[in-house]
Amino acid sequence: MAAHRAGVILSCLLAISILCILAACVIGSAEVSFGDLLEGLRALVSGTPGSLAATLLDLRLTRALTAFVTGGTLALAGVMMQALLRNPLADPYVLGVSGGAAVGALFAMLFFASLWVVDLAAFGGAIAVALLLFLLAYRDLRGGVVEGNASLLLLTGVIVASGCGALVTLILSIAPDSRLRGMVFWMIGDLSGASWRWLPFFVLAGALLFSIKVARAINVLALHADVAATLGIQVNSLRQGLFVCAALLTASAVSTAGSIGFVGLIVPHACRFALGADHRLLLPSATLVGGTFLVLADTIARSILAPQQLPVGVITALIGVPIFLLQLHHMHRR
Amino acid sequence: MIQTDNLDLRVGARALLSKLSWRVEAGQCWCIIGRNGAGKSTLLRTLAGLRTPDGGSVKIKERLMQDWPLPKLARERAYLPQARGDAFSYSVLETVLAARHPYHDSQYWESDNDFNAAHDALLAMDVHHLAKRDLRTLSGGERQRVAIAAVIAQDTPIMLLDEPANALDLAHQVAVMDLLARLCREKSRAIVFVSHDLNSAYTVASHALLLKDDGGWEAGTVNHIMRGPLLSQCLGHPIETIQHGPRLVFLPASPGRDSIMA
Repeated sequence: MAAHRAGVILSCLLAISILCILAACVIGSAEVSFGDLLEGLRALVSGTPGSLAATLLDLRLTRALTAFVTGGTLALAGVMMQALLRNPLADPYVLGVSGGAAVGALFAMLFFASLWVVDLAAFGGAIAVALLLFLLAYRDLRGGVVEGNASLLLLTGVIVASGCGALVTLILSIAPDSRLRGMVFWMIGDLSGASWRWLPFFVLAGALLFSIKVARAINVLALHADVAATLGIQVNSLRQGLFVCAALLTASAVSTAGSIGFVGLIVPHACRFALGADHRLLLPSATLVGGTFLVLADTIARSILAPQQLPVGVITALIGVPIFLLQLHHMHRR
Repeated sequence: MIQTDNLDLRVGARALLSKLSWRVEAGQCWCIIGRNGAGKSTLLRTLAGLRTPDGGSVKIKERLMQDWPLPKLARERAYLPQARGDAFSYSVLETVLAARHPYHDSQYWESDNDFNAAHDALLAMDVHHLAKRDLRTLSGGERQRVAIAAVIAQDTPIMLLDEPANALDLAHQVAVMDLLARLCREKSRAIVFVSHDLNSAYTVASHALLLKDDGGWEAGTVNHIMRGPLLSQCLGHPIETIQHGPRLVFLPASPGRDSIMA
């Protein structure tokens, strides 16, 4: 019964995702009709992209797929972080992993200009913060018997995040004006420089497989916290797994597109609200919805004021804030 | 079923319990009695395997606690904690189904078996009509009944319950206590529960464990342990017992309405 429902919902979401990605390839300042799209796709697959349509399609498809994987990654990280901290207000950035990425990226921008160095520095910064947290909050993640609610992890993360915030402000205040615009765009989250990479797809696929495998255990942990151990859950190894996955996902997303806000908070919420809290359905559906949401937001970001491009983070926040407020209001009324 | 050998429990420098050597057999229903902070909940958490002993050992079915794999142990004992925080909007049915997790080694979705067990437990706790409701919208007493339903659905030979009658109205208190007694009698469950209600404890429990403030303890049948003088000394308040027909009634001595009025 539940399996059937999950199958239907996930198939629908998958179909919508594909439609949205195709739509993102058609919409833009230069018109591409669906007919050109098919021809361009054929040209791309056969490896001879000669026409204008094919080139345009190549660019837009790369960007749409990057948006999709980034959005899906952030939403999945959000669900995992909320389950790990047992707090529906947590998002992928709450523990400062993205702050670490920002410090790394901005630091690289200050000295180098090369895009891949910036991405690498962002990834390195995120991983460094994750390791620091792992060491500082080991009490909440270690093996054996536990008591408590991962509060040390949350507090440590929040403090580390504000430390990173201070470093970011420091870098911004000493940076030359010519670099400021790029830095601000990076921090809001921007997909305009997206180039094709496989790594985010592998990270997302791996984390999604892991999370679906342990989804039932995540349910028990979300319901019972430490008492989940009496239902046969290895609470500490599950927490460690969630932490490592969420940190890796966040690092992957922010080093691809900067710290795009709200996807990792709004999408898990909306999915939980619409589909229920069962993680067996929530994890894959949030991934699909998050991806679709960011594809749509990015399409708006690059076409609404075309030819000028807005950073996608502005759009996600502008859509996200009212949706979130409405939802909160609705929840309060129930 | 449960055996402790020289079990020590400490919080900081304070000894809660020293050298507890105690056995719980199948079909026995134990009530743990003691003052606030005497270590009742800590003992129950230790028996549940959520806390490591500060000395001595706990055995479940003749096997040391730390030697049990968690999933296997989850099919042997269920634990009802005193307080729960519900962060997410799970439905009542989902909450009870989650208690079937230990039986899901090779399956991803719940089977008809699990649904039947959950429905039976919900019926037994009189919360069947709430099955679709969001847990967070229920009253305290309803949540408590759902939590007990989950423990019943876990279907284990050993049940550890921390103040099961907490927040329940009178009718449901009696129903829950009666159900516990029946589980012991008819299904040979071993039950250990914490309660401050001496009267209901006396009617349900076959045995009692009395925790004293200095780390001392007394264990035995209810007739042996639940006597006025011993309870008065342990609970720090004079308690009278009155024979009312076939029932023994425990009455805490009070200055009384008359003396307050006067």
